[in-house]
Amino acid sequence: MEGSLLAKIEKISGVVPAEGEVPVFNEGDTVVIATRSPIGHYRMPTYLRGKIGKIEAIMRQMAVDNEEEGYGRNAGSKGHYYRVAIPMTEIWPDYIGSANDGLRIEIFENWLEKPSDV
Amino acid sequence: MSDHHDHDHDHDHAPITVDELPGYFDLMETAVRELLVERKLFKAEEIRRQIEVLDSRTPALGAKVVARAWTDPAFKSRLLENGRSGCEELGITFYDDTQLIVLENTGAVHNLIVCTLCSCYPRPVLGLPPDWYKLKPYRARAVHEPRAVLEEFGTFIPGDVEIRVSDSTAIIRYLVLPMRPEGTEHLNETQLADLVTRDAMIGVIQVAYKREAA
Repeated sequence: MEGSLLAKIEKISGVVPAEGEVPVFNEGDTVVIATRSPIGHYRMPTYLRGKIGKIEAIMRQMAVDNEEEGYGRNAGSKGHYYRVAIPMTEIWPDYIGSANDGLRIEIFENWLEKPSDV
Repeated sequence: MSDHHDHDHDHDHAPITVDELPGYFDLMETAVRELLVERKLFKAEEIRRQIEVLDSRTPALGAKVVARAWTDPAFKSRLLENGRSGCEELGITFYDDTQLIVLENTGAVHNLIVCTLCSCYPRPVLGLPPDWYKLKPYRARAVHEPRAVLEEFGTFIPGDVEIRVSDSTAIIRYLVLPMRPEGTEHLNETQLADLVTRDAMIGVIQVAYKREAA
């Protein structure tokens, strides 16, 4: 499991994590995708904004925030991507197919909100 | 060079010429590249080398990974755990920071990959993507009507099998691990790899095996 993309990380008492190092969301959490429209470069497709999904996995390798990177600002902007599961029927009310059909996408932390925040 | 085409050749052909002027993006690419080289941010040799790296990648690499996963359960479990390190075990290097998730097709789930924003693709293991993968109709429709798209590729997935579309937007790339077709128990790893084509690893088709007529 060690070094795995999807593995859980053991918590050891006394180890103080750096800012942002501990993922904000856990597997199984329900999340709402933000509906903002920032200017610049980012990787959040329009068709998913405002949709509700579930965290399937936490991407353990932290990555730079694209919105910052687009302006050449990489330092201090690392965060987690989450693999989010969204039912097709949640995305498309007129979806033709099985109700079990779904979408998976990796979304950067700053695009996800807890349902209570919305 | 004169227009007269007269040198040692064992065949005839029209003179090879470039008549079209470069387009806007061709000019921009050349200008940016020359500036970056001039400012010593990278060397011409590095660009050439990277193109050579990219061109050395083909779906045969992905097929090798799939065939190994079909024949070696321990490898398969490591591959599903971490796609990148699984491929690296077989000597397939990753030249960038991308990670790889290998998506296993089963009797209950059929995976399809797409990049709605651009053309993200598991290039280290499959090489360059096909043109249709980069064009808007596939990119838009794969996430909206995946079953209709699959049917246009001749792939019919029963209604009780879940279609799972993975949209590649981040530093993660995907590779579909297709189901091993029935009747292939007698094939060795190399023969199995020959059955696995690019489209099966994108998820638009399933791997088929037809026993050759005797």
